[in-house]
Amino acid sequence: MGDNESKNEPRLMKGNEALAEAAIRAGIHAYFGYPITPQSEILEYFTLEMPKRGGVVLQAESELAAINMVYGAAGAGARVMTSSSSPGISLMQEGISYIAAAELPCLIVNINRGGPGLGTIQPSQSDYWQAVKGGGHGDYHLIVLAPSSVQEMADFVFEAFRLAEKYQNPAFILADGALGQMMEKVVLPEEGSLPYTVHNWATSGMGKRKQRNIITSLHMEPEKMEEVNLHLQKKYKEIQKEVRFESILTEDADILLVAYGLGARICQKVVELGREKDIKIGLLRPITLYPFPKTEIAKLASRVQHTIVVEMNAGQMVEDVALAINGKCPVSSVGRMGGMISSPEEVLHYVETMILKHFVSA
Amino acid sequence: MEKAQEIIFAGFGGQGILSMGQTLAYSAMIENKEVSWMPSYGPEMRGGTANCIVIVSKSKISSPIVSKFDSAIVLNQPSLDKFEHAVKPGGLIIYEESSIITPPKRTDIECIGIPAMKEAQKLDKKQVANMIILGAFLKKRPIVKIENILSALKKVLPERHHHLIPLNEQALEVGRKFVQ
Repeated sequence: MGDNESKNEPRLMKGNEALAEAAIRAGIHAYFGYPITPQSEILEYFTLEMPKRGGVVLQAESELAAINMVYGAAGAGARVMTSSSSPGISLMQEGISYIAAAELPCLIVNINRGGPGLGTIQPSQSDYWQAVKGGGHGDYHLIVLAPSSVQEMADFVFEAFRLAEKYQNPAFILADGALGQMMEKVVLPEEGSLPYTVHNWATSGMGKRKQRNIITSLHMEPEKMEEVNLHLQKKYKEIQKEVRFESILTEDADILLVAYGLGARICQKVVELGREKDIKIGLLRPITLYPFPKTEIAKLASRVQHTIVVEMNAGQMVEDVALAINGKCPVSSVGRMGGMISSPEEVLHYVETMILKHFVSA
Repeated sequence: MEKAQEIIFAGFGGQGILSMGQTLAYSAMIENKEVSWMPSYGPEMRGGTANCIVIVSKSKISSPIVSKFDSAIVLNQPSLDKFEHAVKPGGLIIYEESSIITPPKRTDIECIGIPAMKEAQKLDKKQVANMIILGAFLKKRPIVKIENILSALKKVLPERHHHLIPLNEQALEVGRKFVQ
């Protein structure tokens, strides 16, 4: 339904479609991927649109091949991305580690489904650790953005490329199956609004260069490898200033919820329902999962009586939250696994029965 | 602030459950309202169960997933069994009469059975049963204008089916007649 609609008119789109359309508008030169539910619409959308609008779209023979194609294209200076869902992202980890080590910008999208193993196709946030702690081998980090609406599925593609290219670092969008499959109103970012510059480090042919550009992650001398590591760590420190978050009614909150992605949408409703019952609940939503908004969380923790981390997993981000809070207030974790999602009523019930009764003084 | 409408559409795959929800969501968007459409996206195919949650609101929608609904539109017995008790007190159930063996029992909500399959057969196109149901629902809860449903159908239906829009309009009208 794309062609007959004007450019900035709001559209009703699935998260997956909005993300793919935004990527085309962000001017990607290439997409390499392999189908897997619940993100196959991304590959399908590119397959339909890219031949008409320019750029390479290729269904690789495997996720392993796809990520290495991304590595190659990024090395040649292309604006490039891939996407998959949990088991497929696991298959890509070796390549992602190489890309991070070689300091190449690209975008990797994970539309998280329930795991472990082949798991289920339903929405989950069970890949948090994998996304924010590196995922593959070695000391590295991705810049991780967590959209919580179809609008952000589109907007964060631009943001991801902006950050990836600024820091020469792979960027990662971590969303869940529901955000991929649901439809919401979206106003798409304007085509051509993300400038592209040819990188001088790209292996794009000798041209007028005096020396060949070499991109590698192999350094046999430990002294050199340590230097590379120190450089990466310095970069990650700099990346901390890109931290993004959203605060909802945290000013007077007794109870602080911390949640991201779809979980944050559910928690917004918990805040609404709680406030109707005069329970002072607030929500801190990390927008970047790496870098993590630890300073803001610590600040809020010294004011609230209790912090509850709500996730669609067994409790992963809660470890980062607890580390940030460092004992300033008690921290609990609540969530469901395997593709099940806590309803707002369930979370509120937990707040009322587990927390208010036992922890929070009237 | 006007309250948001939280609606569940549920039935068998192939009954047009997802497209019914999508049509409503699209028409609400045409009216500049906030909307969300959340499908159950399991391995559904014709004969399996399918449902979608549609929320229409004047203000920003927080959770697109809710467990209590203002209205449930159900086209088969398993869906009625599952969602009858998920309707908020004072809420509404619209169900397809011939697909339900045990009608809803709740007395604190309004329950309306619509013979949509029978009426659709009279129109010689059983695929429009969902539009008959939607027509009945919109008579009871005028969330969007019928003319905007028709504009939405132009977006939701592939071009090769646009000649069926007048029939859909007729189906919406039939549905309306069953509701006082």
